[in-house]
Amino acid sequence: MRYIPNSPQERAEMLRAIGCATIEELFRSIPEKFRLREPLRLPAARSEAELLAFFRELAARNAAATEYAVFLGAGAYHHFIPSVVEALISRAEFFTVYTPYQPEIAQGTLQALFEYQTLICQLTGMEVANASLYDGSTALAEAVLMAERLTHRREILMARSVHPEYREVVRTYTRTLGLNVRLMEYDPETGGLQVRAVTPSAETAAVIVQSPNFFGVIEDLEAVAARAHEVGALFIVVITEPISLGLLRPPGELGADIVVGEGQSFGIPLSFGGPSLGIFATRERFVRQMPGRIVGRAFDAQGRRGFVMTLATREQYIRREKATSNICTSQELCAIMAAIYLSTMGPRGLRDVAEQNAQKAAYLAREIARQSGFRLRFSGSHFNEFVVHSERPVALVLEKLRERKILGGLPLERYYPELRDCFLVCVTEAIPRSAIETYLRVLDEL
Amino acid sequence: MATYPEDCLYTREHEWIRVEDDVGVIGITDYAQEALGDIVYVELPSVGDHFSQGEPFGNVESVKAVSELYMPVSGEVVEINEDLAESPQLVNEDPYGDGWMVKITLSDPTELETLMSASEYEEYVKEERQKEK
Amino acid sequence: MTGAPCQVTRDEALIFERSRPGRTAYSLPPLDVPTVPLETWIESRFLRADQLAGLPEVSEVDVIRHFTRLSRWNYAVDLGMYPLGSCTMKYNPKVNERVARLEGFAQHHPLTPEELSQGSLEVLKMLEELLCEITGMAAGCLQPAAGAHGELTGLLLIRACLEARGDARQKVLIPDSAHGTNPASAAICGYRVQTIPSTERGLIDLEALRRAADSEVAALMLTNPNTLGLFEEAIEEIVRIVHEAGGLVYMDGANMNALVGIARPGDMGVDVIHLNIHKTFSTPHGGGGPGAGPVLVTSELEPFLPVPRIVRRPDGTLALDYDRPRSIGRVRAFYGNFGVLVRGLSYILTMGPEGLREVAETAVLNANYLAHQLKDTYEIAYPGPVMHEVVFSDKRQRAYGVRNVDIAKRLIDYGFHPPTMSFPLIVPGALMVEPTETEGREELDLFIAAMKAIDRECRENPELVRTAPHQTRLGRLDEVSAARRPVLRWRPEESNAPSGSLSEKRVASPEP
Repeated sequence: MRYIPNSPQERAEMLRAIGCATIEELFRSIPEKFRLREPLRLPAARSEAELLAFFRELAARNAAATEYAVFLGAGAYHHFIPSVVEALISRAEFFTVYTPYQPEIAQGTLQALFEYQTLICQLTGMEVANASLYDGSTALAEAVLMAERLTHRREILMARSVHPEYREVVRTYTRTLGLNVRLMEYDPETGGLQVRAVTPSAETAAVIVQSPNFFGVIEDLEAVAARAHEVGALFIVVITEPISLGLLRPPGELGADIVVGEGQSFGIPLSFGGPSLGIFATRERFVRQMPGRIVGRAFDAQGRRGFVMTLATREQYIRREKATSNICTSQELCAIMAAIYLSTMGPRGLRDVAEQNAQKAAYLAREIARQSGFRLRFSGSHFNEFVVHSERPVALVLEKLRERKILGGLPLERYYPELRDCFLVCVTEAIPRSAIETYLRVLDEL
Repeated sequence: MATYPEDCLYTREHEWIRVEDDVGVIGITDYAQEALGDIVYVELPSVGDHFSQGEPFGNVESVKAVSELYMPVSGEVVEINEDLAESPQLVNEDPYGDGWMVKITLSDPTELETLMSASEYEEYVKEERQKEK
Repeated sequence: MTGAPCQVTRDEALIFERSRPGRTAYSLPPLDVPTVPLETWIESRFLRADQLAGLPEVSEVDVIRHFTRLSRWNYAVDLGMYPLGSCTMKYNPKVNERVARLEGFAQHHPLTPEELSQGSLEVLKMLEELLCEITGMAAGCLQPAAGAHGELTGLLLIRACLEARGDARQKVLIPDSAHGTNPASAAICGYRVQTIPSTERGLIDLEALRRAADSEVAALMLTNPNTLGLFEEAIEEIVRIVHEAGGLVYMDGANMNALVGIARPGDMGVDVIHLNIHKTFSTPHGGGGPGAGPVLVTSELEPFLPVPRIVRRPDGTLALDYDRPRSIGRVRAFYGNFGVLVRGLSYILTMGPEGLREVAETAVLNANYLAHQLKDTYEIAYPGPVMHEVVFSDKRQRAYGVRNVDIAKRLIDYGFHPPTMSFPLIVPGALMVEPTETEGREELDLFIAAMKAIDRECRENPELVRTAPHQTRLGRLDEVSAARRPVLRWRPEESNAPSGSLSEKRVASPEP
């Protein structure tokens, strides 16, 4: 086996050296009756060439964004990834290492994560960020648990326009702890929250709003923050499309206490939904209740600057059942990818890419609204996603688009029965105008 | 060598209490700070909080350990040592003085009788050290 | 030992400090649609005014140099032995990277219609089935993103199952040798944790288990082999005790590298197990993730698995089934860390059944070889027949004022990544060594020689060990000050500090 260096001869010598006659002897502490007598029923070993052929065939069965024009968003976004990202993270020194427990031989990972934390603070307007959680949905669930620890309150007030799968994850995490999740309706006209729908009580631990929300509508965070803070609840802002931060006011300026999000847009491939990147940022005064690894600055005896994992007493390996979270392995490589992506884009690049997303989405939205039988469902401000209302059956419309190699959007009926005539469309900078024009032609031909 | 002032009473969890004019001042002992090592953070309760004897009222943290703080006797917190937020090392440097943690009004002074004197505590620490070996 | 590791520069500034106004590293095609004033699409009060000040302005060359230089300060599996106990830092096969980067996978949107996602669904379905065969379980869920996430999922499944039996319970039993994620996961699920002591041999204390196994026990969380590297010989009895008390047995599969192809947890009566794809199944750890922590269960627990389940339709195609009324719900958006899972499948298909068995055999042989060669030099707290890892301690070296952390730091000078020290908590001064099967004999011999040399140094020159490492770019970092006054992000003031302070010094060190 090519991944096992020792030859049969060496193996025999090592066995002899430790005084064992057979390999079987090494497993003597496993009761005889549980030891397998036959090989596992697994496919026979494949050579590298056979393996690649097998997976190429499987990969070809998927409609990838290279072959189709993907107008799907909803928490996963098709953006262009600069070549430097893969070139750098493919380096074994980033790729084949683990959590930087030994700072003297992990400064590369630690400094890159410190840079990532800084970038997230700059983008969100928050004071501190951790070094990543699993993804946006679990980051939200962790934020809810943190709000409960900080406020000792039992109710969560969450907008119904938060990503439905995120809401499901929050429900899974909170149900056993007996937290009560109350939903806030979106305004059927604008698609955003009406301030009067935000009704926290003295029992509310946190008010949760996504912006841009699941319908792509930008929320009035400042107004919601005020309502939350009036009753002493924390305000949690969710972002599934962080490219929007290239244009939109940072939630930290608007009263957010915790900002969580999905960082996949920052240089991480779609990969059928993972691995991605859970973003988590908060106020400095809450840092000791923050989940996840945190990197901080430190000096050695000669006064040279370096970086270490710090505030570790929050974590499971020290505080066990009293830890702020059970998280151990998170998504640190993805955080480094985001740091490389953001360094590459810089302030102008991030603004440019955000503007292209907004302009392309605005163009398609404008043109769709001109087609007979179609209109924009919501009147609020949007970034790169919007909901289309169709007089023709949604399935038929999407089928026609698919025939032209376009994944035209996400039908919303499964998530919002009242929007059965609607689908969610996303346009990123990676969609060329030609695909947009084809999209419009298909609608026109219907 | 660790020291144990005569005017304090001690718990088995290594807190001390010194009662001055009906107010109990509470901290951790020299032995405890030494065992914990460099203290980086002290989490204290709020003024007005009530605790019964033996109840946890806060934490002390070193880089890689957390220890809970237990109330030597029941009472209400009337003051906390605000300096520890900025300078947790005071607990290491002066555990019985500037490193104090909370002041309480005692709800049942008879509970003091359950605590150890300095010499009893010194003996107790000796046994603890023996166990470590 | 002489000389320092070769570095191009030993003082790489933060990317923000490298920023120079006007530099760029990005390229975008020109905007090719007719535009409108942005304010007609986004109300102007929502737009940010700060021009993203603070983000670095650098060229592509700057980005490459910066991160490449940083990378050189890391020790990695591809450089040498990384015996971090219980983390299974084995070699990460390169073909798996090619597989995960195939465009059909990497560029596949998770909400693509099922008919156009058959390749990815097949990967997930096949992996689930193969993991069931490897563990002897009936069904599984691939959503959890890491081991601890798998633990959480597994305990939620147990809770759902017990509630369905009409017998919700309050506590989870965890041996004192367990990893910290076990009690932390139990707490998130609302369970009280009761610790079960280990015997003098380092195995679970059956008497204590019997006493603790009352009508309140929901589950026992058992790592097997445990974190001391010992197989719980009484596994059959352990399972019986928990089952007779009405509880379920959760197995933490962190140490499956000792068992693949040798024995199956399902055959031992385990009800739920999580695996770490990034440990046993060779996917890269990436500096602390991404990983994947699939959960496998018995048929009794199957109805409670998270949604969606991947099911095969009568026509042979695969579909996502959301209609599962007894499910605990989702534990993550979409379907898990697909990119990690596909690498894991690639590994299993490369190894085949014989290859996987050879993995466990060699991993156990290597650990036994280390234990045998070092047992006269370092104390082994629980000298049972070890499996894939062995836990030494610093007991003998402590007499010279040297602790496990010092020995670990000195190992760095000898070119090795240190072992695990933060647990098991029941071994004071622990040095948990897991060589894995991908180390050859000469690498193991070098490690043995280094450990013996350090032991000599402890006796002859303990100060040398206490102040290690000596060969790295930085010495030991002051973690106390870092925690007392945390600086968790860069601010412009930091780099504008008076240049007298050593910390901000930017002199290039000479080439070694």
